[in-house]
Amino acid sequence: MRYIEPHAHMVSRTTDDYLAMVLAGCQAVCEPAFWAGFDRHSAEGFRDYFAQLTEHEPKRAAKYLLPHYSWLCLNPKEAEDLALAGEVLALIPEFLDRPGVLGIGEIGLNRNSRNEVAIFERHVDLAARHNQLILIHTPHLEDKHKGTRLIIDILKNDPRIDPGRVLIDHVEEHTVDRVLEAGFWAGITLYPESKCTPPRAVDILERHAGGNVWMNSACDWGHSDPLAVPKACFEMRKRGHTAAEIDQIVFQNPVRFLSQSPHFVAPV
Amino acid sequence: MQRSQVLDLYFVDARSKLIDIAAFLDRAERAEGADDYRLRAFREALSALAAQGGGANRAERVLLAFSDPTSAPVEQADGKAATGAWRGEGK
Repeated sequence: MRYIEPHAHMVSRTTDDYLAMVLAGCQAVCEPAFWAGFDRHSAEGFRDYFAQLTEHEPKRAAKYLLPHYSWLCLNPKEAEDLALAGEVLALIPEFLDRPGVLGIGEIGLNRNSRNEVAIFERHVDLAARHNQLILIHTPHLEDKHKGTRLIIDILKNDPRIDPGRVLIDHVEEHTVDRVLEAGFWAGITLYPESKCTPPRAVDILERHAGGNVWMNSACDWGHSDPLAVPKACFEMRKRGHTAAEIDQIVFQNPVRFLSQSPHFVAPV
Repeated sequence: MQRSQVLDLYFVDARSKLIDIAAFLDRAERAEGADDYRLRAFREALSALAAQGGGANRAERVLLAFSDPTSAPVEQADGKAATGAWRGEGK
């Protein structure tokens, strides 16, 4: 079995996880910028983080023969400080031409505040001006349904945004229809407690067969599983899905979306 | 899949989770104090489980029972973490 891990925060993981992923069939890993678990206090802290994502982490992954890609942004959890957010947005273009940078992400909303909306709109503008792919984080738990509605409204109101170049991640049963019907790609995140379990993820896939959907682990420093995608593949096998159907979801779909970036090289 | 296959694969696991929910409610009600917005949302979500028919969309309805139904952005985030249930307007 082969798969692509399209959303994993590998700077928070040990190299044991790289080994386990490669042994399970992982062909490439994509790492969106995210929140470190604490607020950074200067734009220089973000500059170091972007350098970690685009220089250091690809080297660490390469030791396990795994191509590593990244997305750049300021996470919505850090959007309340508008001055700092503006400084971080200003330095992102310096990194966009680096090999392995796929686009702007994971941007979006966390608690659906006015400042988060303002910084989200500025990220969308940045992506449009630089013709970048966009990876969207939708909020957690009770905030997800409203946040997804707000995000889609903002994106649909910007005529520069092609929905086929935007993936809206962390969909669940109450948001997936809205995302796909608006023409966006949808990501299903497999988490042990919040977001989707493998059986629920496969339910969604079965109800949206042929849709522009991928699955990811979004593993980070919290309760999460870097092997969640292969475990969901096992769930598909238990239900009788064929190897070709599984390959479509966990390999070919990510390749189709990510190949819209000139920096992505499809694994042979 | 046939319904019997679904039951073969998932019945014991779902049964276990249902008992966990029952025990959680017993535990919460044994404890002193009043319900809060989370337990109220939980009880509302439980009613979605009783829906009948193939188009009941129970998972979607349970998720919506915990969700913020409003449309306007909030003035300021009240912390970084969601709690799992909507507190209600202006809370």
